[in-house]
Amino acid sequence: MNSQVLKSTSINRDAYLTGLLNLVSRVTPPQPSPPAGRGPERVLEGWLEELEGWLEGLRDRSSAILLEETFPSTKDEAWRFTDLSPLLQVTFQLPETSNVASIPSSEITPLIFSEAADSRLVFVNGVYAPQLSSVAGLPVGVFAGNLTALPENYRSSIPNYLGKQHGATEVFTALNTAGLTDAAVVWVSKNQVIETPIHLLFISTLSDSPTISQPRCLVVAETNSQVTLIEDYLTISDWCADKSHPYFVNTVTEIWAQENAQINHSRIQRNSNVAFHIGKTAISQARHSRYTCNAINLGGKISRHNLEVYQTGQETETTLNGLTMIAGEQLADTHSALILNHPHSTSRQLQKNIARDRSHVVFNGRVFVAKAAQLTDAGQLNRNLLLSPKARIDTKPQLEIIADNVKCSHGATVSQLDDEEVFYLQSRGLDKVSAYNLLVDAFAAEILNQIPLNSVGIMLSQCIACRTI
Amino acid sequence: MIIENSEVILSVRDLTANVDSNQILKGVNLELKAGEIHAIMGPNGSGKSTLSKVLAGHPAYEVTGGEVIFQGQNLLEMEPQERARGGVFLAFQYPLEIPGVSNVDFLRVAYNSGRKAKGLEELDAFDFDELIQEKLDVVKMNPSFLSRSVNEGFSGGEKKRNEILQMALLEPKLAILDETDSGLDIDALKIVANGVNQLAKPDNATLMITHYQRLLSYIVPDFVHVMEGGRIISSGTKELALELEERGYEWVREEEASEVGV
Repeated sequence: MNSQVLKSTSINRDAYLTGLLNLVSRVTPPQPSPPAGRGPERVLEGWLEELEGWLEGLRDRSSAILLEETFPSTKDEAWRFTDLSPLLQVTFQLPETSNVASIPSSEITPLIFSEAADSRLVFVNGVYAPQLSSVAGLPVGVFAGNLTALPENYRSSIPNYLGKQHGATEVFTALNTAGLTDAAVVWVSKNQVIETPIHLLFISTLSDSPTISQPRCLVVAETNSQVTLIEDYLTISDWCADKSHPYFVNTVTEIWAQENAQINHSRIQRNSNVAFHIGKTAISQARHSRYTCNAINLGGKISRHNLEVYQTGQETETTLNGLTMIAGEQLADTHSALILNHPHSTSRQLQKNIARDRSHVVFNGRVFVAKAAQLTDAGQLNRNLLLSPKARIDTKPQLEIIADNVKCSHGATVSQLDDEEVFYLQSRGLDKVSAYNLLVDAFAAEILNQIPLNSVGIMLSQCIACRTI
Repeated sequence: MIIENSEVILSVRDLTANVDSNQILKGVNLELKAGEIHAIMGPNGSGKSTLSKVLAGHPAYEVTGGEVIFQGQNLLEMEPQERARGGVFLAFQYPLEIPGVSNVDFLRVAYNSGRKAKGLEELDAFDFDELIQEKLDVVKMNPSFLSRSVNEGFSGGEKKRNEILQMALLEPKLAILDETDSGLDIDALKIVANGVNQLAKPDNATLMITHYQRLLSYIVPDFVHVMEGGRIISSGTKELALELEERGYEWVREEEASEVGV
């Protein structure tokens, strides 16, 4: 009897995934936008043809992978605490492409960070919106734009990077690739230090039916270069407000830090509370490179961030800061993996989680230190603040250490607000709610203060302050 | 200073209180008038710190009897923040560290919550900065402390100075200093005492709780009370403190015993 039930569910899962695959395969290639390089028209056409041919192969390979896969369930270890069945209840459609053109630039204005006012790329439902983007503030030596506009000198390298990160066969990553027609691309040339931060704004619009969009992003920082990125997912309309139709955002960002490159990456997920957000960030770190991620998760009914760092050379530095703050019935899951295969690397990870109401936070922090990765110094700390007796936090450090001469630490704490601290603040005149909020803000500030753009920190503090306790 | 017919700031009558259903305060009587500085001395576990926590409204302490009138109001009916806004200030024995909250933001929020309660306009960051610079002088505090997290990484003396800075800012009617002198070296003690002396005015009252007579050489009390077993067993002028220092608490206990004829 039981097996009967199980079987029918798994068939449903297969069919659901196939349905999604068929849907995303219908995404049409973008209209070519004016190229940054001023080559003759026919050269551009030649590139577009070549690109489309290559992407088709990539999509086909991913589709083939997906046909062998099934939609994950809580029986899969990686999804043990994150039940995606609410997603299976929804039949998604592709968003209307006309949405892209219909957004007035005034809607974008409040979303612009002053430090990145003229260094922003805007994608609407995964589709590049050149009329809303502006890269006039960027110096030479860096390209920021969509894939079709890639300057000639980078084009031949695309197959070495796009879709090439480890973990490409994971279901949602493959689903994104199966619908891949365009991507946001940031490419920093050798030895270029780009002071101006680059804002990658991925907007979802709410429509009359449930929709799926799949933003894709590729970042290449060549040898000795430096760049600061803000990857930002949000919904047009007040993201705090609930809208009735769910939508599904399935993102993949591939980041390549070549030798001695330095990347500071902030990823802000503030989709509305009806969204399903599944995001992959895969980073490859070459010798001597330095990568920092500040991952902020605030939105989504169910959200998942898979953050994976793969080391390809020795003496890398990796800093992973994370803040998840959710409320109501939200679920937010962060699965990070740091795969160290070379010696002398340093990593620091601090993941902070705040759960209110009946929300549910999941954190799984994997650190793998291979035999060759001697003299690794890896530290992981996870701090959790449970603000309600009905909230839930599942946290799991997962250290797999094969090398024998390494320094690896991990720790996890779960606490409530300290009554003595609350009393201290009350004794100075703050009411209980203000005291709570101040302490929660302080808990979050440790992560928010790591974000290199002031205006982003301020915006996020306000976001966090707009809750109702 | 003792002022004839001055206003009664605090009146404690037969106050009893429990912690985890253990009776700690067993009938405390105390009256402070405007202008006065009182010191409560007593051995460890006599209930001194409990008294200060009860007066500030700590939720872990359960008042089981008696009354506390603060400027004509029933203090025991007020929430801790209402007491603070009304003019009660407790300088903590162990000031808490609040990582992530800058000292200046904390001070501004505290100051403005008092102003809001009085129906006054809140000060913005700019005006507040001017005000706090003035107050820093009271405890000779380096402005760099303002941008650090509240008490985080402060030395014992710096934490106590920070308490007095808050007191200077909030200008309480009743200041309760809970063991403010403990753990201070002599230089820090002088700075803290000097701050308290500057803040003691004819229209406010100060209650010092201490273990050591040393403090009283720098802040001279008008009255000294000895606490023991949850009650005030002896009261007098500053000479009482000197006597105590010399003869120990045993002496007061014996005095009390002979008074009640045991």
